[in-house]
Amino acid sequence: MSSTDIGSGSFLRGASPSRSPAEGSDWRPAATIDALRTRAGMLRATREFFARRGVMEVQTPVLGAATVTDPAIDSLRAGTPDEPGPYLQTSPEFHMKRLLAAGAPSIYQIGPVFRAGEQGRWHNPEFTMLEWYRLGFDAPRLMDEVAELVNALLGPAAYERQTYAGLIDSRFGVDANGDEDACLRTARDLGLDCGAGVEEALDLILAEAIASTRIRRLFITDFPRRLAALARVGAAGAASRFELVLDGVEVANGYHELCDADELEDRMAADIRRRRAAGGRKVDVDRRLLAAQRHGLPECAGVAVGFDRLVALRLGVANVGEAMAFDWKRA
Amino acid sequence: MATYSTNEFRPGLKVLLEGDPCSILASEFVKPGKGQAFTRVKLRNLKTGRVWERTYRSGESLEAADVLETQMEFLYTDGDFWHFMNTDGSFEQKAASSTVVTEAKSWLLGQEVCNVTLWNDEPISVVAPNFVELAVKETDPGIRGDTAQGGTKPATLATGATIKVPLFVEIGDVLRIDTRTGEYVNRVKA
Repeated sequence: MSSTDIGSGSFLRGASPSRSPAEGSDWRPAATIDALRTRAGMLRATREFFARRGVMEVQTPVLGAATVTDPAIDSLRAGTPDEPGPYLQTSPEFHMKRLLAAGAPSIYQIGPVFRAGEQGRWHNPEFTMLEWYRLGFDAPRLMDEVAELVNALLGPAAYERQTYAGLIDSRFGVDANGDEDACLRTARDLGLDCGAGVEEALDLILAEAIASTRIRRLFITDFPRRLAALARVGAAGAASRFELVLDGVEVANGYHELCDADELEDRMAADIRRRRAAGGRKVDVDRRLLAAQRHGLPECAGVAVGFDRLVALRLGVANVGEAMAFDWKRA
Repeated sequence: MATYSTNEFRPGLKVLLEGDPCSILASEFVKPGKGQAFTRVKLRNLKTGRVWERTYRSGESLEAADVLETQMEFLYTDGDFWHFMNTDGSFEQKAASSTVVTEAKSWLLGQEVCNVTLWNDEPISVVAPNFVELAVKETDPGIRGDTAQGGTKPATLATGATIKVPLFVEIGDVLRIDTRTGEYVNRVKA
């Protein structure tokens, strides 16, 4: 694979210049009314899907006292001039896990989540997340259910499963777990400057591997321990985490959930150290989540789906703005 | 010094990269699920015309380039520099070297209004008008009557540039030329 081949990356392929709507016409939605009708149908089909399976719909707060510690996710806050205020939730995960710890059965939620600074063709700072938790499921079983839901919403098709390392090796011929020099070299070929560390290099390599995959419905499995997030880590050292990629777009992220409260606390502390080292904003551990997990999170698997992306794929449009009533430029 | 952060990147923005002024052609925000956010950018180097692709961490910034695209009238060349004048009535003049004028100099005789890109007030690129009309200075004798048949011959224009022309063209004819392709369009005056 020549470096020019890699460099003529797939991100910019088909990228339409993202211009702001003209004043005077920006009161209109970017989505057509027909697109919103399709979206409404998908929402209804999703609720029917879970109702048939006995999964209970819940609604948890959009505003919370705590937020995630992920180094690469920044929360917005609903402040007043006098105080920073509560966090707009980046995912309903913590509240939903507290419900599970309190004895809830399998649950799902469809609602708005917020992430600072995430704006682009496939990103909107406010978006709709579909998240669900299945008691007693492991990652492979939850992947099957994700595929069934996608089949119900987009029509049936074949799925492939590739490990994180297998995907990167097949796309770039690079051993993600061993060959740091090759990782850095590949990231440089993708236009990243030389100061990058290997973790950052791998983030870019993964993003490019995802965007350029020819597999139309792909589950990526077995993430490295560093990217375990809140997934449990198996005996072989791989995280029981998966992502679903549809036509080069990341749509879902799931875990066989980590139940061990001590391990959770360690990972959050490590996140906070990494945030501090990177100069990120300070956040505190969500003590209510920790207390819930000390009480006991039942064995479960959970997954989050970017609903707007799913709608965009169903509509055949190459941006989420046309899949939601008003994107951030019009909100 | 003004800078632009990755979230301000948009097509047409002029930035400095490796010391050269560049124009952003496209930019895209990318972020793998839980990973670092990046902004991938396609830029045209305004000095060389080459297209570069770069990847930045989101939140990084690039210095703004003081670039102005304007129209100027070509006046004359002294052999080393090509001299241009503002068309806004200020009569302000700029001199561009041969390396800046590049292909445009094949088509410039005087009074052509060119697209000139200024960086820090100095010309960095000159693009000739899409069409120019130039007289033929030298070519083999024309073949009478052959106004429609194919077949071409070389002709040297008043600027010194040589192009392919139909066989009927004669010395002194004024030709219309597409400067983007360097091709003969038609004969304006025989």
